[in-house]
Amino acid sequence: MALDSMKEIAECPTPFWQIVLETDMDERQVTAEASMEKMRLTWRAMLESTENYEPQRRSLSGLVGGDGEKMRQYSQNGDPICGPYLQEVIATALCVGESNACMRKIVAAPTAGACGVLPAVLVPLYHSGRATEDEIIQALYVASGIGAVISHRACIAGAAGGCQAEIGSASAMAAGALVALRGGSAEQIGHAVAMTLKNLMGLVCDPVAGLVEAPCVKRNVIGAMNAVSAADMALAGIESRIPVDEVIDCMGDVGCRLPMELRETALGGLAATPFGQSVKETMKHL
Amino acid sequence: MLDIFDILGPVMVGPSSSHTAGAVRIGRMARVLLGEEPIKAEIGLYGSFAETGQGHGTNRALIAGLLGLQPDDMDVPNSFALAANQGLDFSFYTARLREAHPNTAVLDVTGVTGKKLTLQAASIGGGRIRVEQLNGVEVNFTGNFNTLIIRHWDVAGEVANVTRELAAAQVNIANMSVCRSKRGGEALMVIETDHKIPVEVRSSIADLKNIRRVTYYEKEE
Ligand code: SF4
Repeated sequence: MALDSMKEIAECPTPFWQIVLETDMDERQVTAEASMEKMRLTWRAMLESTENYEPQRRSLSGLVGGDGEKMRQYSQNGDPICGPYLQEVIATALCVGESNACMRKIVAAPTAGACGVLPAVLVPLYHSGRATEDEIIQALYVASGIGAVISHRACIAGAAGGCQAEIGSASAMAAGALVALRGGSAEQIGHAVAMTLKNLMGLVCDPVAGLVEAPCVKRNVIGAMNAVSAADMALAGIESRIPVDEVIDCMGDVGCRLPMELRETALGGLAATPFGQSVKETMKHL
Repeated sequence: MLDIFDILGPVMVGPSSSHTAGAVRIGRMARVLLGEEPIKAEIGLYGSFAETGQGHGTNRALIAGLLGLQPDDMDVPNSFALAANQGLDFSFYTARLREAHPNTAVLDVTGVTGKKLTLQAASIGGGRIRVEQLNGVEVNFTGNFNTLIIRHWDVAGEVANVTRELAAAQVNIANMSVCRSKRGGEALMVIETDHKIPVEVRSSIADLKNIRRVTYYEKEE
């Protein structure tokens, strides 16, 4: 299947994840075993990216590092508002986002800037025994199928469509993966995708000094939290009034209308604040 | 072609798929096309590579690639030290180009036996790259296919001679281009194929009368 319409995927009697698997076998001319082995390696690399966190590391600019550890300390010693799963979602998103900024190994999903979103929602479920590796691998096929549809109809890079396209797509992929993991239908996956994208619609890409650091690391947290809430809403039977493919097209359209200053050029948004400007100046003299 | 592992992937050292992973791939491409251990590299950075490359580790990523590292090698950030150990001398400058992609690098590389290569390539997003110039000749290939780069004399029938060898080996051509400096002068054929090209086929192409040099880049899994 061409993976260009969420509606078409939902109408097909084959399970969502299997449609994506078969498409991969066809496109890359590989066996099901070879494709699933590659997905398993991708998952293990994702898992590793959460385990290799080193709290003392700082990014080249010094803006990023140590916050994931702060969140974990607070979870242990403080009185967090969120429950244990969401505490870990927040901490994991921060850790992986920080590791990326510190030149550690991550899995771009769909981009390096948004690499914390998927592991943030999946790894805590895996560690608490609420999802097996095989279930997660199927969910990752769903996630990549969603990413493929979004990249076909709209875009997935901040430079092309702003942060709504990057963190937004990661969030949509994560929401779909969660719904699939909990046994939701393809329609419910579609509703979750639509809700995540609607809730981040218009978010601009404005990295300070052009670096994938501020606001990027913390945007991984909102991407992950947005995914969890959309997945639970979809599983509760709540539906997006606007059809998912129309929401994706709309996100692409909004992305094209964003001025160049708000698409990764670091000329607008938070990058253009006095603080952002001063970081840029300092980086020049490094 | 749709590759879901471009969406969920690559596995890479951060922070940016275009400024880091793509830069490693550009360095690797230069190393493979040079065909030997590089000992000297002068690297021009253009556009966003020049503006934000420092903070993204683009410079270290390019050197890592020249040393043969993969985008997911944890040693990418330490490539300057590795280069010093392995005797690769390098320098960076800000390139002035006309109408290039904003993430572009120009590499002038010298190998251990004195071979030289000039390559201009762009990092076009998600870690994917496009080679745009090779030794001053405009080209257009990505490394997403097995790629045969053939320097030859511009003689009638040369393209047919090469494709005949590929056809005999059942190698299917996906894309192909031919460029020449002047009529009857030196020409460059770039052939991207679906199948790997066996070494025997490459050497029988190299033995054809008007072929000067054959370079091969095998698609990475
Ligand atoms: S602000 Fe831009 S660079 Fe940062 S995460 Fe969002 S899209 Fe990526």
